[in-house]
Amino acid sequence: MPKREHNLPSRHYDEMHGPDGAVRAHFRAVADWLAETPAERVAEKRREADLLFHRVGITFAVYGETRGSDEGAERLIPFDTVPRVIPKAEWESLAKGLRQRVSALNRFLDDIYHDQRILKSEVIPAEQILCNEAYQVAMLGLDLPNRVYSHVAGIDLIRHEDGSYYVLEDNLRTPSGVSYMLENRKMMMRLFPELFARQHVHPVEHYPGLLLETLRASAPPSARDPVVAVLTPGQYNSAYFEHAFLAQQMGVELVEGGDLFVKDGFVHMRTTSGPQRVDVIYRRVDDAFLDPLAFRQDSLLGVPGMLSVYRAGNVALANALGTGVADDKSTYPYVPEMIRFYLGEEPILNNVPTWMCKRPKDLELVLDRMAELVVKEVQGSGGYGMLVGPAAKKSEVEAFRARVRANPANYIAQPTLSLSTCPTFVEQGLAPRHVDLRPYVLSGKEVKLVPGGLTRVALREGSLVVNSSQGGGTKDTWIVD
Amino acid sequence: MLSRVADRIFWMSRQMERAENTARILGVTANLVLFGTDDVQEQNLLAPLSITGTEALFRERHDELTLPALIEFMALDEKNPSSIWSCVKWARENGHAVRWLITSEMWETLNGTWIDMRGMPKGRVTGAGANEFFDWVKERSHLFRGVTYGTIVRGEAFNFSRLGTFLERADNTARILDVKYHILLPSVKDVGGALDYYQWAALLRSVSAFETYRQLYRDLIFPIRVAELLILERRMPRSLAACFDQVKEALDRIRGESDHSSKRLAYELHARLSYVDIQEVFQDGLHEYLSAVLDDIGELGSRIQRAYLGAV
Repeated sequence: MPKREHNLPSRHYDEMHGPDGAVRAHFRAVADWLAETPAERVAEKRREADLLFHRVGITFAVYGETRGSDEGAERLIPFDTVPRVIPKAEWESLAKGLRQRVSALNRFLDDIYHDQRILKSEVIPAEQILCNEAYQVAMLGLDLPNRVYSHVAGIDLIRHEDGSYYVLEDNLRTPSGVSYMLENRKMMMRLFPELFARQHVHPVEHYPGLLLETLRASAPPSARDPVVAVLTPGQYNSAYFEHAFLAQQMGVELVEGGDLFVKDGFVHMRTTSGPQRVDVIYRRVDDAFLDPLAFRQDSLLGVPGMLSVYRAGNVALANALGTGVADDKSTYPYVPEMIRFYLGEEPILNNVPTWMCKRPKDLELVLDRMAELVVKEVQGSGGYGMLVGPAAKKSEVEAFRARVRANPANYIAQPTLSLSTCPTFVEQGLAPRHVDLRPYVLSGKEVKLVPGGLTRVALREGSLVVNSSQGGGTKDTWIVD
Repeated sequence: MLSRVADRIFWMSRQMERAENTARILGVTANLVLFGTDDVQEQNLLAPLSITGTEALFRERHDELTLPALIEFMALDEKNPSSIWSCVKWARENGHAVRWLITSEMWETLNGTWIDMRGMPKGRVTGAGANEFFDWVKERSHLFRGVTYGTIVRGEAFNFSRLGTFLERADNTARILDVKYHILLPSVKDVGGALDYYQWAALLRSVSAFETYRQLYRDLIFPIRVAELLILERRMPRSLAACFDQVKEALDRIRGESDHSSKRLAYELHARLSYVDIQEVFQDGLHEYLSAVLDDIGELGSRIQRAYLGAV
């Protein structure tokens, strides 16, 4: 999973308690249960969860980052047993906003690879899109089934101190983490069945079914009974468990580049009973590695000639090539405008206000208020090349100011947002920890999503880094009536 | 089934079977060396290396051929691709790659075996704990085979697993018999006589056939009967005939419209093992017979590889 960066809080929204300290209505069942269940039993269940995850963990994290070594290392993402609860009405409005946002993003991708209306109307500066590294010339003029580019989108949401949700980032390439959403639910139901009896928690288990439906709906029209496969970089990839898990849950083959070949204008799998045609490839391999004939020649993960089959419309890739241009930090500020432009609607979900330093007025403001802002490199990711003003030393702010001044177009800035907190088990007991939320949006013939998503939690006190590599964990996410 | 997946399953099964057979060979060797006479000592130590075709590699890694050096090389040496260590390691590696297609019990057996083996003190395995280690390897292999048989869905994964297991076992039985016969029976005129009882019993024990021999023949141990038992007796599950019953059965179940060459060879071998007379085998020379069988097994392996599993 790519790293997500977050900003430092001043105050924050408490998911469980209102401003007066009373438990919020939708959290009451969980709070009651926590209060009346002996600490001993909760602790016992937590140990059981650790043990169970460890056992499953042996199967999915055995290599982790120790590539090819025989360490048998188990890198588990810590699982917290206190669910994050969201009331149904709130979720419905979120879901509506997510559908709207992802629809607009798909419309945008279709547009920039066809008529480029949004560029001609100067809603977004043309050079900003056409000169972007992730813009794929190979996609120009190519008509995709349902005009969908990002079949699986992961939208990162945070909750500001006033309780409103903000989109922090759109992930339109190969978002991961959905297997944790499913495993977390399974674990919670196994450990605490009585909690599920107290209130109706909306199910998420049908996600693999929806995914398969979405993928099959995205097949080339010529495929009558579309064959789907999941393409993985292989068993040493850190998300290999998820690739294998999804293939198994959907009942389709998990393939590596070497299992596929192009012949007579189609992509085939090598099987023990001869070649078998593949119509839809849910690929968890980056654009640049997909076809060594078209992109990186040194790639062993891809399939030579696949691009030509794709361009001929004889295979579908999910997600499509070239979606990265729409989730770039420099494109992000324009998403609300996209929604207005394509859908004629007002955006339901908030964008974090963003100043683009290439605009002289914005630059002036950013240079002036740098110590309060978060400043990011346009191309940067994983928390690199960024400044968190309130947390930085004076000298660091000065140094960054000089860098921004030297190349303003390379930077954007945002206000410092806080993240909401949710009660979480830590060594000292139950304590508030910061969380975010990544729902997964599926686009085929229709846009669908399961209620909830993956909640990530920063386990260190005060930390806003929900990344698993930096002490982040996950929680089950409940949408309740 | 994807060719790559079939390949992993085929080799995963071969490697566990190979680990078991190596343990069997070493176990018997350790006994023969400890209790045998000095004049056959060198030959006994050399036999496992001849069986596995690793003498040259051994000479590179060790100056002197001693029992601890032999065990270290064949059981634990990660540089030796056919050591027990390497076999278990690669069986697990292959299992990991198809983790999503085999049962969790199968994976846990492979992973557990690997983790336990890594924790074993080297000195014990090459010394006083040698026999215990060989027994443990055999048990883990039995466990893996049993878990596989008892849990995996009857489909191509099962078929390729069986194919790998029994092709490997046939290969090993033929090798053990070939090499041991050489050592134990220097002159052809001795074929009909009762030789060193202990040595022959050890050979039979290495393939778990001692009790079977007793049951089936109720007689002294005669070399020709030993050969008959290990080659033609299909009630003996490690005999060549029994192995090829399984190989043929597995190949019959495997769908492969384009494959004729490997199926043809397997059926030929199966027929030859069904209708041969042990006297004829000895007239033409046992060694010659077994060499031909080993060549055919090798050829069959490469034909299976080409037809189903993809290039090596």
